[in-house]
Amino acid sequence: MPATRETRLVTKRFGDEQAKTLAGYVASGGYQALKKALGMQPAAILDEVKKSNLRGRGGAGFPTGMKWGFIPKDAKTTYLVCNADESEPGTCKDRELMYWDPHLLIEGMAIASFALGCHHAYLYIRGEMMREHAVMQAAVDEAYRGGLLGKRVAGSGYELDITVHRGAGAYICGEETSLLNSLEGRRGWPRMKPPFPAVKGLFGQPTIVNNVETLMNVPFIVEQGGGVFAELGMGRSGGTRILCVSGHVNRPGVYELPLGITTRQLIDEVCGGIWKGRKVKAVIPGGSSMPPLDESELDVPIEFDALMTDPRIKEVEVRPGVKFDLGGGKTLRTMAGSGGVVVMDDQADLPAICARIMQFYAHESCGQCTPCREGTGWLARISQRVADGRGLPGDLELMESIAHGIGGNTICALGDAAAWPMLGFLTKFRGEFEAKLAASVAGAA
Amino acid sequence: MQTAPLSDAAKQKLNAVLSRYPNAMAACLPALHLARAEYGHLGDDVVKLVADHLALPVAHVHGVVTFYTMFRREPSGQNVLRVCTNISCMLRGGYEILGAVERELGIKPGQTTPDGCFTLIEEECLAACANAPMMICGARYFLDLVPEKMPELLAELRQTPQTELV
Repeated sequence: MPATRETRLVTKRFGDEQAKTLAGYVASGGYQALKKALGMQPAAILDEVKKSNLRGRGGAGFPTGMKWGFIPKDAKTTYLVCNADESEPGTCKDRELMYWDPHLLIEGMAIASFALGCHHAYLYIRGEMMREHAVMQAAVDEAYRGGLLGKRVAGSGYELDITVHRGAGAYICGEETSLLNSLEGRRGWPRMKPPFPAVKGLFGQPTIVNNVETLMNVPFIVEQGGGVFAELGMGRSGGTRILCVSGHVNRPGVYELPLGITTRQLIDEVCGGIWKGRKVKAVIPGGSSMPPLDESELDVPIEFDALMTDPRIKEVEVRPGVKFDLGGGKTLRTMAGSGGVVVMDDQADLPAICARIMQFYAHESCGQCTPCREGTGWLARISQRVADGRGLPGDLELMESIAHGIGGNTICALGDAAAWPMLGFLTKFRGEFEAKLAASVAGAA
Repeated sequence: MQTAPLSDAAKQKLNAVLSRYPNAMAACLPALHLARAEYGHLGDDVVKLVADHLALPVAHVHGVVTFYTMFRREPSGQNVLRVCTNISCMLRGGYEILGAVERELGIKPGQTTPDGCFTLIEEECLAACANAPMMICGARYFLDLVPEKMPELLAELRQTPQTELV
């Protein structure tokens, strides 16, 4: 039953219209964590976040405390940027979080800014989210009027401005260095790393970019302590996880759950099973850039490390028998990504779904690096012709070769985001692609 | 064609925006959103006007405008329908929704109805996957759509257009 599985830290105010106002938020305990934080040493806040095992909820799962620790000690001007450019297909949590609890995000940003010595934080919100932009801007304005932002935050000597900045339609701007270029008023082209943003980011200054959900966990960590947050989690991952479940389940939804839940439990116990009495065939565990799972791989917890390392999940191959090399001999299984879980039933046309995913990445490639700009276009065209029954002999090998040529060879991860699912679908569901191809070749003859 | 100068209200907003950034270039996206609201679309003349206001090369602003899909170079309809067909919507009938809209309005994605009431856009994932299939129009979300209901919904939008906010 959902009620017993759900653990609500950051979604606890969902459905409460009152909590969207400053008065309602304060009445339900809001801004207490900020007041506590303002009485702490910034270094002590950083320690709690490190202890909490909070990991980035945007996709990479990087330890937040460690990221914050990369800000140079002698930095004079630092920036915090909240990445609210949610656009990874299958992911719909940040939008809901901002809509239902805008002040929790402001409080999280204010605490993080104080800990990082930042006096101007930016909230980069996706351009299409016009409703959420209005909600966030109204909440920021109200926080200024209520003395929680501005010259003297909550009556302290700390000064903080928050500016809400709208994107204008570009998936790539969810990539943190592309986002920084966009925020500086440029085309959203990713930057070469190093230098990493923590050293040289927004306007050339040390900058931390964190996801919405990540920052919204910070008030809890300050109030309850990093240890409590870590205890709620599993292994090296603290807290809960918001999973956005879409596709062929009876109850799609945005659920905040314990990190140890398995994909099968998620489908059966939280989402009411597969629709129309069918069976599950494939599940994308964390946004469309992640390699899919097949039915035999659903008993692994949807936790960052488990999805990357559990031997019950097959390793992605560049061609049958040859494992994809992530570098340094590391192989690729899948990743928890953005929490966007897409469930496909036993009648789903996987080659057609894979082609739609490729079409997306081809559309969103920024055009900067040749392997991605050209490769994603070819993957989209070839996977579409295979899906449409117009494939040519050798097309599967061609797609593998193109995907392998993109993976790891681009400035940012968008190239990988196309290559990984392509190789993942071919590794685990090759038979479906071969059947399409056999039918096309037979038809052509 | 001569473009009217920015209204005083828009100029005020732009000055407020400029005060939030350490340089004028960073105000480029907000300024373009303002200009879009003011002029409806971002033709060459509007691009030049924004560039002049920010003291940026026209080429820079042109480069920015053409990078982002929301900065439309052509006039749009009163209602910009953004229909998602990405995988979560596709799995639950997103293409059927798009087809129903195409049939009802007689236009394809990228086109505007002759009466200027609707522009149709086939959109990538709009982050409402748990309520697929869906679309947005202005600041309104239309969730858990069914093809049969689309004519009724479009008739409602024709009566009460949902313009895109700044």
